[in-house]
Amino acid sequence: MHMHRYEKWWLTLGTGSLIIFLIILGISAFHQGHQPPSAKAYINPEQVDAIAPFDEPGLKKVEGKEWDYELVLVASTFLYNPGEVEVPKGATLKIIATTKDVIHGFEVAGTNINMMLEPGYISEYTTTLDKTGEFLVVCNEYCGVGHHTMKSMIKVVD
Amino acid sequence: MSERIIKIDRKDGKLAMAHIYVGFIALALGGLAGLLQVLVRSGSFTLPAGIGYYQVLTVHGVLLGLVLTTFFILGFQHAAISRTSGTYSRTSRLFGWLGFWVMLLGTVMAAVMILLNEATVLYTFYAPLKAHWIFYLGLTFVVVGSWLGGAGMIMKYVEWRKQHPGESSPLLTFMAIINTVLWIVATLGVAGTVLFQLLPWSLGLVERVDVLISRTLFWYFGHPLVYFWLLPAYMAWYVIIPKIIGAKIFSDSLARLSFILFLLFSIPVGFHHQLVEPGIDAFWKFLQVVLTFMVVIPSLMTAFSLFATFEMYGRSKGGTGLFGWFKKLPWGDARFTVPFIGMVAFIPAGAGGLINASNQMNQVVHNTIWVTGHFHLTLATSVVLTFFGISYWLVPHLTGRVLTKAMNKMAIVQAIVWTVGMGIMSGAMHAVGLLGAPRRSSFSTYGDAQQALDWIPYQVAQAIGGTILFIGIILVLYIFINLAFFAPKGEEEFPVGEQAEGSEKTPMVLENWKIWLTVLAALILVAYTVPFMDMFQNGPPPSKGFKVW
Repeated sequence: MHMHRYEKWWLTLGTGSLIIFLIILGISAFHQGHQPPSAKAYINPEQVDAIAPFDEPGLKKVEGKEWDYELVLVASTFLYNPGEVEVPKGATLKIIATTKDVIHGFEVAGTNINMMLEPGYISEYTTTLDKTGEFLVVCNEYCGVGHHTMKSMIKVVD
Repeated sequence: MSERIIKIDRKDGKLAMAHIYVGFIALALGGLAGLLQVLVRSGSFTLPAGIGYYQVLTVHGVLLGLVLTTFFILGFQHAAISRTSGTYSRTSRLFGWLGFWVMLLGTVMAAVMILLNEATVLYTFYAPLKAHWIFYLGLTFVVVGSWLGGAGMIMKYVEWRKQHPGESSPLLTFMAIINTVLWIVATLGVAGTVLFQLLPWSLGLVERVDVLISRTLFWYFGHPLVYFWLLPAYMAWYVIIPKIIGAKIFSDSLARLSFILFLLFSIPVGFHHQLVEPGIDAFWKFLQVVLTFMVVIPSLMTAFSLFATFEMYGRSKGGTGLFGWFKKLPWGDARFTVPFIGMVAFIPAGAGGLINASNQMNQVVHNTIWVTGHFHLTLATSVVLTFFGISYWLVPHLTGRVLTKAMNKMAIVQAIVWTVGMGIMSGAMHAVGLLGAPRRSSFSTYGDAQQALDWIPYQVAQAIGGTILFIGIILVLYIFINLAFFAPKGEEEFPVGEQAEGSEKTPMVLENWKIWLTVLAALILVAYTVPFMDMFQNGPPPSKGFKVW
């Protein structure tokens, strides 16, 4: 198949950039550990309230782990439990969340924390909160008539 | 004009036109729903009569994302195949009409359920939101109807190949068939979840549904869906635009190769819509991200071919210097200028798409209104403006009328109105999405949270842009009605480009379906087998249904 000389240059340059881009993504993902939240832990969605750690939602200080705090969060139509937490600046936080009913989102506006909560699945994400302020948690997956009222608040304090 | 105009057979034209009428009715109603949404989300307007925001949102998504696109595309492809491969056989046409009526029936069933507030599940209908079974059955009919129409197209193609052994098929027919095959392979996923999961569940035959399997089947369909929208626009850009400006097709073989690559790399990639969800291993997400990015290659080929055609034409008209050829393009011709704006919009649209699919960056934008801003550039600008540009010659060609100078002018004004409105609306959506504003959400200050209050000015901008876009919809409907019923009688050309004389013969391997379908099946199996088996074997207990609207 004939290809124009300029098109060969164009495609070589383009494909070359693509390969470099994908290598960078791969190194970031597999070497530096920047993976999207992909926990593989399961729970019976109808018994969330009775199963640890979701029987006691809230923020907990933990010892001897790679993170300082655990935020255990339960979503249901149309609220998050807990509705507000305060975390010290610089703390490493592991979020452990699930839903009791339909699919919900868990997005902390103004940060990179953003994951889906699906019935039967536990979603996890570990991050360091290095800026003070009030960060709004919104549901970003349509979950019913009260979807836009579903919120929580993470206050990062000095 | 000295060239004799080749007319499509009248009966085939009626079939194509029937589809296009439904498409434009969907545009009118879906556009109105869009206007209501941006007004509500600005915070200064409340819907009357207890109509719900999410009901209107479902109408908007279903009508514009599924009905307008599918009907217009099938209509255009019927016309394109009949024009380039010859009049349909009775069987092909019968399948075309059968498909049309089954799709229309399905659309009406789904629409009635949405209007009765029995199916406020948005056009993605994620389980365990449970709609009325008639809604799911309606969707099934839309898909099955599209298969019947597609079967009509494939029969015509097979007939042509039999009559012309050893020849490569007409380029436009080949492209339409690629898109039909892509659609059939992709819709297997959505048909799977609707037929085996959602229908039995909504009928009460089974109590529970596996949520992740349903979502995975949906997104196996959901990404190729966007290529199903895009490829007809590419057909117009590759084959029709060169003829309109009086140039030749840059390369028949490369055009075919790029369509094959789009077919191969648009399907095994659905996980990039599921990057931040639990239950799928990060490795398989990354693998599908890599496959997703392979479409960069045919996209670059397309960009090169189109601009090479434009530059060669401009230079042949005496354009000199680095960009002198650009001025020589026929800017006064809406059939060129309107799709051209669509092409230009695809540059930021494509760049946004690269961000969305990037393994890590997705987390910044996932389910924010940035994503809505993104596909209002791809679908609602690049694709839709090209569809408008196609309609400006296709509708009068089929109705035996002509595009008058006045309508041509109005069409260019329409595209400018669209560009301005979309620039404002999509720009505001991208910006406020980066600040975290969620998509698919009614107006809310989230208890007067400061961050949410900061989003309001952008939402007002969305309403301004959306209102301008609605004016654009009124203009295009006015032009459409004129071309369908009132424009002067005459002969409007169905432009089909040709290769330059002396171009080399197109290699037949490009039309060897055994090879390409095998590669496609292999890619799908590689991308999906292991994670899918994992979902089957290790999933949690399935979910009961919820009606929470």
